[in-house]
Amino acid sequence: MEVVLETKNLCKSFGAVMVNDKINLTLHRGEIMAVLGENGSGKTTLINMIGGIYYPDSGSIYYENKRVEIRSPKDADRLGIGVVHQHFKLVSSMDAVENIEIALSDKEYKNKADIRKRITDVAKKYGFTVNPDKKICDMSVSEKQTVEIIKAIIKGAEILILDEPTAVLTPQESSSLFNVIRSMKKDGKSIIIITHKLQEVLDISDNVYIMRKGRYIDTLKTSETDENELACKMVGKTVTLQIARTSYEKKKTVLSVHNISCLSDDKTVGLSDVSFDLKSGEILGIAGISGSGQKELCECIDGIREVTSGKIKYYAEEGNFDITNKKPEWRRKNKTGFGFVPEDRLGMGLIASSDMVDNMVLKSYKDEAGAFLHRKKAADIAKYLIKKLDIATPGIHTPVRMLSGGNVQKVLLGREIEAGRDVLIVSYPVRGLDINSSYMIYNLLDEERKRGTAIIFVGEDLDVLMALSDRIMVMADHRIAGITDARTVTKDYLGSLMTDTKGQVI
Amino acid sequence: MENKKEKQRFARIIKRPYISDAHSLIIRVIAFVFSFIVVSILLLCMHFNPFNVFAVMLKGAFGKEFLIRETVKGTIPLVITATGLSLAFRMKFWNIGGEGQILIGGIAATAVSFIFGRSIPQWVLLSLMAAASIIMAGLYGMIPAVFKAKFKTNETLLTLMFNYIATQLIVMLQNTRSWQDAANNFPKVRMLDFYSRLPRVFGVHIGWIIALVMLVLYYFYIQKTKHGYEIKVIGDSMETARYAGINASKVMIRTMFLSAALCGLAGFLQVAGADGTLSESTAGGVGFTAIMVAWMADMKPVRILIMSAFIAILNRGAGNLQTVYLIPSSFANIMIGIILLFMLGCEFFIKYKVSFSFMSGRKSSAINDKGGRYDY
Repeated sequence: MEVVLETKNLCKSFGAVMVNDKINLTLHRGEIMAVLGENGSGKTTLINMIGGIYYPDSGSIYYENKRVEIRSPKDADRLGIGVVHQHFKLVSSMDAVENIEIALSDKEYKNKADIRKRITDVAKKYGFTVNPDKKICDMSVSEKQTVEIIKAIIKGAEILILDEPTAVLTPQESSSLFNVIRSMKKDGKSIIIITHKLQEVLDISDNVYIMRKGRYIDTLKTSETDENELACKMVGKTVTLQIARTSYEKKKTVLSVHNISCLSDDKTVGLSDVSFDLKSGEILGIAGISGSGQKELCECIDGIREVTSGKIKYYAEEGNFDITNKKPEWRRKNKTGFGFVPEDRLGMGLIASSDMVDNMVLKSYKDEAGAFLHRKKAADIAKYLIKKLDIATPGIHTPVRMLSGGNVQKVLLGREIEAGRDVLIVSYPVRGLDINSSYMIYNLLDEERKRGTAIIFVGEDLDVLMALSDRIMVMADHRIAGITDARTVTKDYLGSLMTDTKGQVI
Repeated sequence: MENKKEKQRFARIIKRPYISDAHSLIIRVIAFVFSFIVVSILLLCMHFNPFNVFAVMLKGAFGKEFLIRETVKGTIPLVITATGLSLAFRMKFWNIGGEGQILIGGIAATAVSFIFGRSIPQWVLLSLMAAASIIMAGLYGMIPAVFKAKFKTNETLLTLMFNYIATQLIVMLQNTRSWQDAANNFPKVRMLDFYSRLPRVFGVHIGWIIALVMLVLYYFYIQKTKHGYEIKVIGDSMETARYAGINASKVMIRTMFLSAALCGLAGFLQVAGADGTLSESTAGGVGFTAIMVAWMADMKPVRILIMSAFIAILNRGAGNLQTVYLIPSSFANIMIGIILLFMLGCEFFIKYKVSFSFMSGRKSSAINDKGGRYDY
């Protein structure tokens, strides 16, 4: 097979950290290559060098056996390398045609009608569905992605690079994307797909290129490998992909949410008419496309977002409380606070520039009387957490933003668990973490369930949700699309609930 | 595009994750030296011997005992105002209204002095003047904070515009008969009675002790109290504050009161200590210079003291230059401007590391936490 793209000894360092150390990658025509690696393994940096966003420190890139200099995304375009980034580069107030119009050079551009025709041609050829005249801001994530891919193809991409394309898609959308990728392969295009999801790698790719800590590890033929081997190579040691689901017997309702609605930050609908019960010793998984109201739900229950209608009741051992719109101040006094691990750890759950000690007292600093801050107990808790959760940090006085993602999450989750509340809300707790940290977090959550804590777990990986949760609640369009038993539900059914927008045309 | 010769970018800028105190000090010293080189070139162009000029400047700041006292006198309002502004800056609340808040403090102190005259014991009068300046300036500074809390207005604009209100208030008082001297009717506020002037310690009005006390209090407030902790949380992230249940509006209004109150205190010290009168130059740009001091000092107490003294020395030195060499005052200002530009500019080299392609053999020692890189 003909080689279309080759990198030789590509190196890139950010300061003292070698994020790409002598990377040699060979891509053939008509090949689907999966680049697999954990967060921080250097996948995106490699792609950014090929796509012209970063410039390599040393090493070279060959396109069709000719040495090329890629200094900007424009150079990459000209060569026929199209990159679809994780964050789409589209103008949201324009429609698909206009977005492609501004991306074309004068030479390529004829008129709008021509672009519209080319969009429909490309769509027909590879099996996309797209409305060229829809504004980007009215599109779903998957539609936006479609526009990005069509844009790359119209600009003449022979090599298409997709950075974590399925992270934001439902199972159905992912499988239709994979069909498109397969038909592009048939057309002789080469595709690089970056991912850390093992199952996807096995589904779609011909070869797997594995990276770890900025280094090349191995290239495997997809047909000759399996999930365990991939995980081992990716992590560098044997990992057990086991999630425990302990049953808790003495279940009783601790929280009941009645028909609550709220507004989002931009004053649009945040939640509409949400009701459910939460029992002690259960993990209620929340699935859904991100931005479907998960954040608002967590914040309403935690009391930091105002509920416009409905009631939230909390059944504690000391008695029953109506905690609707009760501020954290009130909750602190009445000891009805919950543990809450928000999605944005450093920006919301922690004081990024402060040390562990100051972070330990974030929610409890007012408990002790007087004008002065008492840090002694907090320092003890910090030391205890470092030992218990094996947090890698130079000391309790290192600013938490200097820690790695997994350790930041241990600090946050550790603090929230240590507070010993009846209800624990965790939002995307493993986002950005490596496999080992992720499984450690799952086990911690299972431990908490054993103790009888009621847990709300907002997640994105359906396999994990199905393995860990007792029940799964699917949110779509700021409503509850359905609540199911996690032990019996199928992925396809969850996927169909995720896009259930009740009468709304997608 | 497909040129064989690999072109390297000329320079690359990398964020430093960490820099040792010694290293940053070296960078600052180098910047300082460079600024003097540039100033020297300018001086040579004007046919002055730079070494003589610098000697004259140093003499202006330290040459005689009374000159040292003047330098200390110039340091006091800078220290107090910069401390006040730092309180707000730590919360990422950009209080640009120090100038106006100083003037309001001065007005309040003057008013109390005029009202009570010699009718009460001196220490009571001075305490009342201080209290009035603190409270009035504090309330004055609270207004932009309230607006921000209630209507999300931009505090930079609002505090800036409040400076003009205060300045014009003084002009109004200068034209008010009851505030003028009885003997003549120049549009000027009359001198303060000696009864309402601050006592001196070691030849300088007592303000220098107050300034040091304020620095210590500032340190404790920021480091040891719950209030200081709340300021830190808000300065780090509004979302974290919301998560922790901190009432950001309340903290913002409270902190702005304190920030402005300190500026007001500086106004009182100017009126009752340094100047003995109230005029539109009571603040004399201190409110703006203090912004720079707070910033260069990274809002840290000891550095605030050092930077304030540094600027006071420059000011005194430039003043002497005018009298000795008859160099126009505008040139003295240019010199100060150049020196400060270098001192502020070197912060860039403390935050970022610049590596040039001709030095590319050397491995850089910085770590980039965000993966960001900035190219020329």
